[in-house]
Amino acid sequence: MASNRIISDSSEWTFPLLKRFDQAIARVASDEFGLDTYANQVEVISSEQMIDAYSSVGLPINYHHWSYGKQFVATEQTYRRGQMGLAYEIVINSDPCIAYLMEENTLPMQALVIAHACYGHNSFFKGNYLFRTWTSADAIIDYLVFARNYIAECEERYGTEQVELLLDSCHALMNYGVDRYRRPSPLSMAEEKRRQAERENYLQSQVNDLWRTLPVIDKEEGQLDERRFPAEPQENLLYFIEKNAPLLEPWQREIVRIVRRVAQYFYPQRQTQVMNEGWATFWHYTLLNRLYDQGMVGDGFMMEVLQSHTNVVYQPSFDSPYYSGINPYALGFAMMRDIRRICEEPTDEDRYWFPDMAGQDWLKTLDFAMRNFKDESFIAQFLSPHLMREFRMFAVSDDDREDTLEITAIHEETGYRQLRQRLADQYNLGSREPNIQVYNVDVRGDRSLTLRHFRYNRRPLGDSLDEMLKHIHRLWGFDVRMEAVDEHGRVQLVGET
Amino acid sequence: MSHFIDRRLNSKNKSTVNRQRFLRRYKTQLKRAASDAVNRRSITDIDGGEQVGIPSKDISEPQFHHGSGGQRDMVHPGNKEFEAGDRVQRPEGGQGQGAGQGRAGRGGSGEDDFVFELSREEFLDLLFDDLELPNLVRNQLVGTTEFKTVRAGYATEGAPSNIDVVRSLRGAIARRTALGAPYRGRIRALEEELATLLASGVAETDAQVVALREEIDRLKTRIAALPFIDTFDLRYQSFTKLPEPTSKAVMLCIMDVSGSMDQVRKNLAKRFFILLYLFLQRNYDKIDVVFIRHHTIAQEVDEQEFFYSRETGGTVVSSALQLAHEVIRDRYDSESWNIYAAQASDGDNWDSDSSICRDLLIQDLLPLIRYYAYVEITPRQHQSLWYAYQDVKAVHRHFAMEEINGADDIFPVFRELFKRQEA
Repeated sequence: MASNRIISDSSEWTFPLLKRFDQAIARVASDEFGLDTYANQVEVISSEQMIDAYSSVGLPINYHHWSYGKQFVATEQTYRRGQMGLAYEIVINSDPCIAYLMEENTLPMQALVIAHACYGHNSFFKGNYLFRTWTSADAIIDYLVFARNYIAECEERYGTEQVELLLDSCHALMNYGVDRYRRPSPLSMAEEKRRQAERENYLQSQVNDLWRTLPVIDKEEGQLDERRFPAEPQENLLYFIEKNAPLLEPWQREIVRIVRRVAQYFYPQRQTQVMNEGWATFWHYTLLNRLYDQGMVGDGFMMEVLQSHTNVVYQPSFDSPYYSGINPYALGFAMMRDIRRICEEPTDEDRYWFPDMAGQDWLKTLDFAMRNFKDESFIAQFLSPHLMREFRMFAVSDDDREDTLEITAIHEETGYRQLRQRLADQYNLGSREPNIQVYNVDVRGDRSLTLRHFRYNRRPLGDSLDEMLKHIHRLWGFDVRMEAVDEHGRVQLVGET
Repeated sequence: MSHFIDRRLNSKNKSTVNRQRFLRRYKTQLKRAASDAVNRRSITDIDGGEQVGIPSKDISEPQFHHGSGGQRDMVHPGNKEFEAGDRVQRPEGGQGQGAGQGRAGRGGSGEDDFVFELSREEFLDLLFDDLELPNLVRNQLVGTTEFKTVRAGYATEGAPSNIDVVRSLRGAIARRTALGAPYRGRIRALEEELATLLASGVAETDAQVVALREEIDRLKTRIAALPFIDTFDLRYQSFTKLPEPTSKAVMLCIMDVSGSMDQVRKNLAKRFFILLYLFLQRNYDKIDVVFIRHHTIAQEVDEQEFFYSRETGGTVVSSALQLAHEVIRDRYDSESWNIYAAQASDGDNWDSDSSICRDLLIQDLLPLIRYYAYVEITPRQHQSLWYAYQDVKAVHRHFAMEEINGADDIFPVFRELFKRQEA
């Protein structure tokens, strides 16, 4: 290849060079591989600003809360001591897609980040069904501006302390503030503002109404005793509290709602870690290799990129001191590559396991996988025996009734299906997090709230239970009870405020 | 198409508010940590930031999570010798495969302190929280010579470096709009006229049409000829100097260096002086420090001499008080200076001198001084000086005395001396 096509051999980046790399990558990404992306907004920031971005959970703007300050001092501390490098990039699921580059990085690293974030993550955000369903990329920044202003206003009107306590409790329940099945209405700042005022009045009247009419029902009939409220168990605790907590002021309901919506925004990210990182890693690897094949980058450039890439996808084995679970980058990248391999060079085993994929167009297959799956289903669908052998996977069962652990399956013919099922299950948020639902409110009595924890494999709740019940009590305003339900449907009271 | 933005010059202190909130929330814990730290630290670096730790469990943010127990399945990579159906020992302490990922390990890590760095300001804020200087008055200098430059809006004249681009361009736009308005109005009228003419079927070459077009072109040229920016548009950021009242303080450190004050005690005294110095620094822009040491005679010395040279001999405290009085009289006019004095001693004094000290303090020194703190560093019984000083305390409210037994006492005693007086 003619060396005069090389964009630059320098390791120092400049804005014109970044632009040229971006153009080259964009050309390969969209023309050759057909990646569909939002427009990119690439922001170059310093490491201090990166720490700032870290501590507001990666969002470019967020309301104030002490926990972000805690995160900030912790990050700053570890970074200063050199215990931890900062991530090379942060990318925000918005339209235009905002990506941060750190000024300290060398040119090859910046190119890698552009490929990874601006074309990898970006196309994932735009394509994956969870993101399409649950987040409105074009409105999130506006919504955060609204949230920040609203909360600042509340702090002025009701005192920082009050707002902070409320946020503490909401944050504790953040993982229980998402709708898992219904699609939320899209956000828009103006709309949100207008509706907020409306909601404030309406909600309060509704709640008052709910409680006001009670004595009447009480007098009428005794037969209503059996009826529970809510009629169906509710899994979105924050939503239930927002709509039904008797004592919350309208502004408090609005704040519950804000936290709930932010939680909802992050929900797809929590469900697609392996896929999202795997996809982005696969594409930075593929795109930059393509540039190399075309002679647009030199050997030195590629060496640096590959060195960093190798670090990212390193998977220590379980007995290594560095082991902390399966590396989502490693697993995701390997699976994406494997899908391509199965399409391009299938073995007999692949033909048996993946008859629909073997020999097909890899781009289409990969695109289909990216669009229609989340980690759990992605692994259940696409993890191949080949990869299980490569990772040398094995499944362990830890049962507290047994003295020893049992190896239930390994990477062999009889174990593949079970291994794959176990690993998929490991990424199922439903089994990773305790399944807790609102079961009943004693509407006619002491207004106490009963939650039920449906135990999965007999696993109990952790020691944070009492603390958590206090938080729920703060939001609900009356007694809160937690009951555990085991496989046989036996109910047992495990906590009470 | 990607859009590149350089944000490096944006503020990097986005998290300041959150950080402040975090500190405020854990003030009690941090205060405890700060006062522990001040006792632990070496004297020389007391004036810096500080690492403090607070228990992690105090600042945890709870979430629902699974506890240990029940049955769980995990998949791990890197199998070497396991076969399906093997049974292995449960690893200790949550390490390794049994509880390798996430949740189960949590319980174990909860005991560590959450350690982080406070800036010097934050550290001193915590340290001196709730303390105040008694009788704080900012003595104002008459005919002060210190000025502060402050912004004072915009001016039509100034140095080129102070041009405010936004303001200037805004003015330029306004001027161009205003001056161009008559032309534009005329153009609109002419264009309407032209349109009606053309609509009525008049040919392009008609003299009237040509004339109209020429006139429109002429007016457009006039508009285009309006200067984009004129010196008249320029606005300069204006600055003005404001006289600033300054407050100055002088701190007199008086220490007994007779044979009975050994290095340990001197170090204790030094810590006390340093605390006082830091504390004064927070209240005054400028602080002079005067070191006076004494045995039977008093000397004004520099810091090095003050803390590290050793003398022997008896003790005459009044000599130091005399010298302090002279220094104040000669150099520090009590009208313009806030005068503080701190005295450290082991309590030894030549017997008949104590009453002289008492009279000196009551009559000469204390009327000039904002606050006088006396610390006695002694494990023994009090001697005559202590009792004489008790008389002083009865007369003057801004005289305070405390006793220090060891390093641990210094900060509590300091707090005691300077704690906020209930009004």
